[in-house]
Amino acid sequence: MAAVKQTVEHVASLEKYKHGFVTDIEQDFAPKGLNADIVRFISAKKDEPEWMLAWRLDAFERWLAMEEPDWAKVSFPRIDYQDSYYYAAPKKKEGPKSLDEVDPDLLETYKKLGIPLREQEVLAGVEGAPRYAVDAVFDSVSVVTTFKKELAQAGVIFCSMSEAIREHPELVRRYLGSVVPVSDNYFACLNAAVFSDGSFVYVPPGVRCPMELSTYFRINAENSGQFERTLIIADKGAYVSYLEGCTAPMRDENQLHAAVVELVVLDDAEIKYSTVQNWYPGDPETGKGGIYNFVTKRADCRGDRSKVSWTQVETGSSITWKYPSCVLRGNESSGEFYSIAITNGRQQADTGTKMIHLGANTRSRIISKGISAGRSSNTYRGLVSAHPKAKGARNFTQCDSLLIGKHCAAHTVPYIEARNGQSKFEHEATTTRLSEDQLFYAMQRGLSQEEAVQLLVNGFVKDVLQELPMEFAVEAQKLVAISLEGSVG
Amino acid sequence: MLSVSNLHAAVEDKEILKGLSLEVPAGEVHAIMGPNGAGKSTLSYVLTGRSGYEVTAGKVTLEGEDLLALEPNERAAKGVFLSFQYPLEIPGVPALTFIRTALNAQRKARGEPEVTAPEFLKLARAKAAELKIDFDMLKRALNVGFSGGEKKRMEIFQMAMLSPRFLILDETDSGLDIDALRIVADGVNALRSPDRAMLVITHYQRLLDYIKPDKVHVLAGGRIVATGGPDLALELEREGYDKYARAA
Repeated sequence: MAAVKQTVEHVASLEKYKHGFVTDIEQDFAPKGLNADIVRFISAKKDEPEWMLAWRLDAFERWLAMEEPDWAKVSFPRIDYQDSYYYAAPKKKEGPKSLDEVDPDLLETYKKLGIPLREQEVLAGVEGAPRYAVDAVFDSVSVVTTFKKELAQAGVIFCSMSEAIREHPELVRRYLGSVVPVSDNYFACLNAAVFSDGSFVYVPPGVRCPMELSTYFRINAENSGQFERTLIIADKGAYVSYLEGCTAPMRDENQLHAAVVELVVLDDAEIKYSTVQNWYPGDPETGKGGIYNFVTKRADCRGDRSKVSWTQVETGSSITWKYPSCVLRGNESSGEFYSIAITNGRQQADTGTKMIHLGANTRSRIISKGISAGRSSNTYRGLVSAHPKAKGARNFTQCDSLLIGKHCAAHTVPYIEARNGQSKFEHEATTTRLSEDQLFYAMQRGLSQEEAVQLLVNGFVKDVLQELPMEFAVEAQKLVAISLEGSVG
Repeated sequence: MLSVSNLHAAVEDKEILKGLSLEVPAGEVHAIMGPNGAGKSTLSYVLTGRSGYEVTAGKVTLEGEDLLALEPNERAAKGVFLSFQYPLEIPGVPALTFIRTALNAQRKARGEPEVTAPEFLKLARAKAAELKIDFDMLKRALNVGFSGGEKKRMEIFQMAMLSPRFLILDETDSGLDIDALRIVADGVNALRSPDRAMLVITHYQRLLDYIKPDKVHVLAGGRIVATGGPDLALELEREGYDKYARAA
């Protein structure tokens, strides 16, 4: 613990990773390790119905028979799945959640992170500024969800997954696992067995969600994994914009984050999903510690003319393994993927998207900007496929990589499959090095080296930043700057 | 204003400047002419502090202050501006954003308040009109897809916006047609003032028809080998650099 504390203090003094503090709070843990009893423990802790437990146990059985995937361009020591806690939750009083009952330490934590949990704090902001509702997930559980009343008036359900399982079982049973099946992949299957909490959103037909929704994930406990599960359903003609943010304390050991996000989009509906991921990236020199971010995110554009757009800003984690995907099942449905992935220090990222065109006249667009600095490795891996019925499918892909310094690596691995003769796919890719000439040019005009790098990098990622909701774009821009501090010279 | 004495500088261990001395008083425009490979561009990079250009001996001061001890951006804040021979493209960064960021960085370094958006735009509109630059072009990514002439005009625009004290023009005439040359020269001449000095580096005399120098220096073999009035430029145009190159 002393070493952890030292690291925390040391890095905090460098002011690089600003979210690396630990909240000292009393927590409930499940015993360390993973077996069917732990799965039962989690289910019981959450007061789940029998069907949910059966679902989990089935997933656990399947997981035991699966092998960890090894095709990604990342390397890490074998994970000992028995050496981790699968459930950690802040101790709290029983009863309905209201903000007054939330532990003040937790409120303080979120305040420190800049996340408004008190509705009046949001309201007290600049007049006319967009408001957003927050679901705050602390380790394994959702601690508070704001603006629920106002959202309910519009018919929108926004709550924690645990609550949804209890209060809206018909919706959960109908959609859970329908986009990412239980045994889709190793990490998704593990998640199905032990997922603890996450957000649930249902937007009824024809409703435009009156505010931005967001979930803020925080890993706090030591030696614990975080396995959240998010399910968002946009019914016919509905619209919702959703943002997730993630941070974790700086710790010497690696922590596993294996989340699953499922999006269901019906006829004429649209979901805009944005992520600003800033998990602790590990020590930049030694590569020690940091989050393993192994996440499965998929959208099913089930309805005709449905639309999904994924925007991600990935700056943290020691390893990122994630491919937010779109299954374009409905005719004329469309999917978009905008990504900024930054790796510095010893970080490794293997990220991209899958656009699976099943319906006729489906369209997709991929803009990926990878930035590698330090001794990091950054891979774009993407699949675009058109099935026989997807006549008139169109895709445009642009993958740009920017290298800063001489010891980093960038890779682009596109897979393209057209199984009908009437699809049109375009792929463009560039790799450039941040040039000494450009840096000198900007410095000659008066910018310091750091400012020059920031300006040039912001120019590089501009196409993606402008896809983020405005207030988050500003945050993301700052995050880009912080992530790349000290990357030159 | 600018004082260079016995300047020696090397690039990758090869000595390019070999004891260059030069005085440019405030209010004056000095031209540096010389054959290819004489060290003209090296001089502009050494004055602005580019990495890889190593000063091995000598002194450079701007109004008595040691320039060589400063970073490139610190020199910029002191008022040193280089109009590049080959201006760089900055993808995704609108010209106005670039210049405003630079201006505010300089002001901050000098302890001055940031320029407000309305002030900045007003100034930009006025200077753009003087240089016959379409204002919409300033909203595009700096120099990306610009013609050679447009890039040079953009350099002079930046210069006008940043209002430096010591101006270095490196081969500003190259790539300009006669109309563009006139516009650029007008822009430069508008910046002539008793408290500014300029160093005009050029290969040809042509530019000096439009920007009249007070003095002309011949740079050959890494040193100033001759200094004279505007007539010297005409002589060089007629007779070439041979005589001086041999002397060096």
